[in-house]
Amino acid sequence: MGNLFEMLLASILNHNIALVYILGMCPLIAISTNVKNAKGMGIAVVLVVTITALINWPIYQLLKATQTENLALLIFIITIAATVQILEIFMERFIPKLYNAFGIFLPLITVNCVVLAVSLFFVNREYTFAETGFFAFGSSVGWMLAIILLAGVREKMATHSDVPKGLKGKGITFIILGILALAFIGFTGIANI
Amino acid sequence: MKLIRLRYKKWFNILKDGISRQNPIVIAVLGICSSLAVTNRVDNAIAMGLGVTFVVMASSAVISLMRSLIPGKVRMVTYMVVISTFVIMVQMFLEAYFPAIATRLGAYVGLIITNCIVMGRAEAFAVKNPVRYTLVDGFASGMGYTFVLVTISIIRELLSAGSILGFTILADSFPRWTVMTLAPGGFFVLGLFIWGFRELARYYETE
Repeated sequence: MGNLFEMLLASILNHNIALVYILGMCPLIAISTNVKNAKGMGIAVVLVVTITALINWPIYQLLKATQTENLALLIFIITIAATVQILEIFMERFIPKLYNAFGIFLPLITVNCVVLAVSLFFVNREYTFAETGFFAFGSSVGWMLAIILLAGVREKMATHSDVPKGLKGKGITFIILGILALAFIGFTGIANI
Repeated sequence: MKLIRLRYKKWFNILKDGISRQNPIVIAVLGICSSLAVTNRVDNAIAMGLGVTFVVMASSAVISLMRSLIPGKVRMVTYMVVISTFVIMVQMFLEAYFPAIATRLGAYVGLIITNCIVMGRAEAFAVKNPVRYTLVDGFASGMGYTFVLVTISIIRELLSAGSILGFTILADSFPRWTVMTLAPGGFFVLGLFIWGFRELARYYETE
């Protein structure tokens, strides 16, 4: 149990998937102009990442048993696309309120590298089912933390700072991310994966 | 003289756009998700860049061949299947011939699938154009991408280890910047690189 808690802590803080592994950058930059949208995207990512990792794990064991691991990539991406689609239909039917709140973010998630990366990481590191669950949840919460922090800084910056012309937009966002990543390096040693 | 005549040919314009004016990373900031993390060494960056170039060219060509057969509704899934087939090929090729690089890149090779450039070129260019142009277009975007990755990795490897491709360049008295091998180094270098490139290209974002 202590082991699992350590994994959760590590994947949120010092092995943060956005700021240490540099994954999921496209949506991180595109949807971080205000905190409200960032929150919506973050919650959608937590949901999808955790569910798909838990679905992909048994599928990978099946592939391993039949010795077709090479196809893992192809199967994972199809599972992810299908899960997102089903989740969307399910939410539209049963929880329309939630669907309206972050319905637009769901289709975007299929191309979010974080979802596929979590599935590939558990393959590379040979996690058990429980470890995969905690790792997937921790990583996605870490990603949400990163996008909310970034959105907070950008929101304030838009009204308070005078950024050089060429650095505006994407350029300064990377500098902010760099500073955030430096701060997260401070967590090194808290926990190990 | 020859060069001037070349300039008006369609493929020459496609090539030029991909590398400079519409460079996928610098102007549109697409597709760095899967590779900024591996630009801490030059050889990683070269392997990643060439892998992406191959995948863009091959998948664009195949999609362009099939463009009249793919029904509009399932086109995304079709792209995914085509692209992942080529990514798996790259992965197996690296494992067979460059095992050291394959271990270092790890899961990042598989992430070429979610690289927005590949999907973007398929959707924006390959479905509308004949095969010969898609090959040029794929090559151009791939090379524009490789160029940025290699430049960033040269800066990072030089400052962090004092070497390029493993050959020592800087004297031992030069302090090594450990932060350059870590994620913040990548972010800072890319941010400043975008700034410099945009000043040169006079391309500015209005917020």
